[in-house]
Amino acid sequence: MVEPANIEKRLSDNRRFDTIFAVIGLISTFVGMITLAALLFDLSTDGLGRISFQFFTSFPSRFASQAGILSAWVGTTLVMIVTALTAIPMGVGAGVYLEEYAPKNWFTGLIEINIANLAGVPSIVYGLMALGLFVYQFRFGQSILSAGLTLALLILPIVIVATRESIRAVPSSMREAAYALGATQWQTTRDHVLPYSMGGILTGVIISLSRAIGETAPLITIGALTFIAFLPDPPIKGEFPFVSFDWLWSPFSVMPIQMFNWVSRPQQEFHLNAAATGLVLMVMTLLMNGIAIYFRYRFRKRIKW
Amino acid sequence: MQHKIDVPETSSTLSVKPSGQATTAQLQEERSIIEVENVDFYYGSNHALKSINVEIPEKKATAFIGPSGCGKTTLLRCLNRMNDLVLNTRLTGSIKLDSKDIYDPSTDVINLRRRVGMIFQKWNPFPKSIYENVVYGLRIVGVSNRSLLDEVAEKSLRRAALWDEVKENLNKSATDLSGGQQQRLCIARALAVEPEVLLMDEPCSALDPISTAKIEELIHELKDTFTIVIVTHNMQQAARCADRTAFFYLGELIEVGETGKLFTAPEKRQTEDYITGRFG
Repeated sequence: MVEPANIEKRLSDNRRFDTIFAVIGLISTFVGMITLAALLFDLSTDGLGRISFQFFTSFPSRFASQAGILSAWVGTTLVMIVTALTAIPMGVGAGVYLEEYAPKNWFTGLIEINIANLAGVPSIVYGLMALGLFVYQFRFGQSILSAGLTLALLILPIVIVATRESIRAVPSSMREAAYALGATQWQTTRDHVLPYSMGGILTGVIISLSRAIGETAPLITIGALTFIAFLPDPPIKGEFPFVSFDWLWSPFSVMPIQMFNWVSRPQQEFHLNAAATGLVLMVMTLLMNGIAIYFRYRFRKRIKW
Repeated sequence: MQHKIDVPETSSTLSVKPSGQATTAQLQEERSIIEVENVDFYYGSNHALKSINVEIPEKKATAFIGPSGCGKTTLLRCLNRMNDLVLNTRLTGSIKLDSKDIYDPSTDVINLRRRVGMIFQKWNPFPKSIYENVVYGLRIVGVSNRSLLDEVAEKSLRRAALWDEVKENLNKSATDLSGGQQQRLCIARALAVEPEVLLMDEPCSALDPISTAKIEELIHELKDTFTIVIVTHNMQQAARCADRTAFFYLGELIEVGETGKLFTAPEKRQTEDYITGRFG
């Protein structure tokens, strides 16, 4: 038997431990929050002064005060378009296949483990692979196409995992309801599984794109330029056939590489430019995450079981 | 313990004739729409159904009763091959719908499920509008004619005794309805594809008494047009709704017969024990 006095002591010990844990948890949370705030503050104090219309419409220059990020943000945008257009259909397709269609056997089990591992492969390894495969083997060159495909491969596992997680959250009673009415597997997926998991899938896609937008190492590996004073061929033309895909083959730079380039220069003024670019990149990432949160909220609100 | 079920080739009766009793003349007139013959069913190594033989009469309500885990839901889900969706299952024997084996490789499962509709224990309307729920079974076969869809929606909702409650709000989300209404919406959705058989898996087990009464009333009306098979835990419900009742225990069909007779004069000891509440 436990003495009543001992129970009292035990209970107060338990309560103290509770308090200690709550305090540790709070501190841990604050460390993350404060770091982010400090980062934003630091970038703002250095970079905010440089941000102007001219900063977005100028090419890089030997003179820090005239330099801008035009080619970098155009490059980032185009690379992201290629990445999104390849990673989203492939990732969502693979996720749907693995979750809805694939038989559950040792082979699909192996694929699952591999995808989980791929998500953890260092990004520079993707860069090396892309250099060999896209740049040399497929002769895509050091182009926007190569870069977009590299980043697409990088985020593919994340998109697949996010797709599977949100598909798994669709209750099986929805599938049963559709099958019981004579729907085929594809109709069930198209009309129910995908629409009901769209919020989660979109969230995962945007989060993964916001990871890709900041990637530097794999793009340096495949040969992104650090100084570029022209824009790729425009995708929309004035004369027939009005669209052009020449931009895919264009050399490029992206914002994190532009930042890296400016930071590595000795002059203080260029460091301010780097901070300003970092600020733009941060705001873009936060904005994308904000959109992801909005989607999640909207789709969750619309769908209840 | 083995109960022999005599299925004469010449007659199409539904009857089980344990100990050689003759069926009544009234039963002779009925046609069985589903014939379950020597069905064994396994979940992996779990032998869930053991040599089941039973016939389901057309345009009657048949109830499957028995304690939890007795196999009644499993058998129900075999009737429209819903168990195909469960991994690692195996069925031997045959289940015939209109004398055609539904487990034959040539069977079109999609078409089978349109002929044999299903209502689930937990109502499962799609998170869409009431209207879109009802017409979904038509949309997937390519019906897009608005007036036809409207017509079917109204007819099905009327049949499911839901029309008067929702006719003003057909575009409202189905999940905003009450539980009983959602279950009747699921019935309307199943009826919209004009099935021949309607399988109901404990359709009232999560409903209040008033909603339950509405659905039982509905079963009474629907069985003139459709064949109904209802799984229920509630013996009063079986007694109220079903023309015939089958009692399952531990994966075996113990007894099947006319509901009144099964409840008042069961032939097997286990049936009597169960309906008098001695176990289960």
